[in-house]
Amino acid sequence: MIAWREPLLDRRRAAPARRSTAWIDGQPTLKDVTDDVMRPLVTWPGAAWWWSFAAAASALAIGVAAVTYEIATGIGTWGLNKTVGWAFDITNFVFWVGIGHAGTLISAILLLLRQQWRTAISRSAEAMTIFAVMCAAMFPLIHMGRPWLAFWVMPYPNSRGPLWVNFRSPLLWDVFAINTYLTISLVFWYVGMIPDFATLRDRATSPLRRAIYSIVSLGWNGSAQTWSRYEMASTLLAGLATPLVISVHTIVSMDFATSVLPGWHTTIFPPYFVAGAVFSGFAMVLTLLIIVRSVMQLEHYITLRHLDAMAKIMLLTGSIVGLAYATEFYSAWYGHNVYERAVFAGRLTGPYAWGFFIMVGCNACAPQLLWWSRIRQSVAALFVLSILVNVGMWFERFIIIVTSLHHSFLPSTWTMYRPSVIEVATLVGSFGLFFTCFLLFVRFLPMIAMWEVKALAARREGAR
Amino acid sequence: MTKRDIVVGRFHEEPTLIEAVRAIRACGLRIADVYSPYPVHRLDDALGIERSRLPLVTLAGGACGLVAGLALELYTSVVDWPMNVGGKPDASLLAFVPIAFELTILGAGLATAAGLLLRSRLAPFRAATVIDRAATDDTFAVVVNCRDTALDRRLVEQMMLNYGAATVESRAVLR
Repeated sequence: MIAWREPLLDRRRAAPARRSTAWIDGQPTLKDVTDDVMRPLVTWPGAAWWWSFAAAASALAIGVAAVTYEIATGIGTWGLNKTVGWAFDITNFVFWVGIGHAGTLISAILLLLRQQWRTAISRSAEAMTIFAVMCAAMFPLIHMGRPWLAFWVMPYPNSRGPLWVNFRSPLLWDVFAINTYLTISLVFWYVGMIPDFATLRDRATSPLRRAIYSIVSLGWNGSAQTWSRYEMASTLLAGLATPLVISVHTIVSMDFATSVLPGWHTTIFPPYFVAGAVFSGFAMVLTLLIIVRSVMQLEHYITLRHLDAMAKIMLLTGSIVGLAYATEFYSAWYGHNVYERAVFAGRLTGPYAWGFFIMVGCNACAPQLLWWSRIRQSVAALFVLSILVNVGMWFERFIIIVTSLHHSFLPSTWTMYRPSVIEVATLVGSFGLFFTCFLLFVRFLPMIAMWEVKALAARREGAR
Repeated sequence: MTKRDIVVGRFHEEPTLIEAVRAIRACGLRIADVYSPYPVHRLDDALGIERSRLPLVTLAGGACGLVAGLALELYTSVVDWPMNVGGKPDASLLAFVPIAFELTILGAGLATAAGLLLRSRLAPFRAATVIDRAATDDTFAVVVNCRDTALDRRLVEQMMLNYGAATVESRAVLR
């Protein structure tokens, strides 16, 4: 471990601190980039990785046990009741879908905007998107109670009529949105990795690795003609992913907004949800990358300036979310709708007010600290803030869903919701699934897009 | 398996590579291909690579997705089994927009990826014609097919060296 860290430090020392435009610390050659990115793949992981993996896999095991029990027994094992029919599961669903959004934002929107800092973090952010969408998709699936009939949500000719699905339902829009999102994200991610697989193939020492990388690199050889076409395809996919990612959380918000429930039935929901999704996603990217850059020793590729840039996006989206909270309250007051007013008064003073204040404190207030560059440059502060935002954004969805449902129009239906142990265990399990997948990813796939970082490194060399 | 004779020039610097490619082509020599570890933007221009027509494939895929999506929604909800859901019209076009949109994106995205892979002949289990293993690492390899030129291969080698190639090599590869 120490042996190879030395030259890296030397390289950094040799390079004068180049502020603003440089997104790589030091001046690694193209070969250095390959070596540094490949290192986690070819060396035996350290204790930090194993401990993290053990923790994540244990959490996953808890989740598997909880879900197995729930499927075998029924969703009566959850704390849901007739009034609050959506609670933990849909909160988790929206939370995880939101996490995914930062990945697409980084890989697609920032690509179209020619933001060079995205190159070092795009691969891991895309991976995060895919794992988060997997976690998200799990919740509606188990909420069905009989997940083995999940294929009924797809429109296929069947022997029941054929009885088709209801295309006017936002829940069905969700099915299509999430599946399209997962598919396109997977395609984008995989296509992005083909050149790196070829690099790994050409440098693999063991025959097994070479065979595997040969298959997955699809015969890539780096020909200029192919590169030209490849760049075109990347731009096109980015252009497609951009409206897609906005549509996905818009549609998720319509699950709520198209209903008549006070607190849900508002036109602000789509932009509010999309901003919240990007906000929570960037918080998760920060959490992951702060850990990974130090565990995998990639600090000179994922630099403090990357963290700073992500913190700025968090500040922006966090402020949008704060504005949306204020707007919701303002419209409830200004709209003179007693039900709407009651729900919002309930959020402030009702039995779930503690959750509301966690949400406002973590999402609207805490990120305001990011106006100070000292905070943005402190890894520890950013880590704490990113965790707070993750917590806050989870509570945001919980508050939106539960406070609107538990006190709606009919006082005789008013009730409280408390999660059961099984629900909490399922949430823990989804984190387990997410982190297990992510840890396997950093171990088996190149977590930094080598070819993109090389282009960046070479451009800097050319500019010198 | 037929083989072809090639001359490979290896370059380590991007600017030298671009200069060399321009100069070699200016001499009337045809460059079969250039292999690089990352996309070199000015290379398209220097090599005279035409702009890819992949956007047309994307457009076609998107159009297919859109038509298929709308057709599915209208056929099932209007023609095959109209159902009264909350008194909404059978052809609730506005409500059909999200799914039609998602399927447009899906069609366009899959078509783009498929177009890229098919046109570039990338497929699983396809053996790569690796000219130089370092070309996916840190080296740019310029390849000239011997049959494309009447010049002696040593002359081609010398030309590449003159234009800044780090090393040159003549060999036969599978086509």
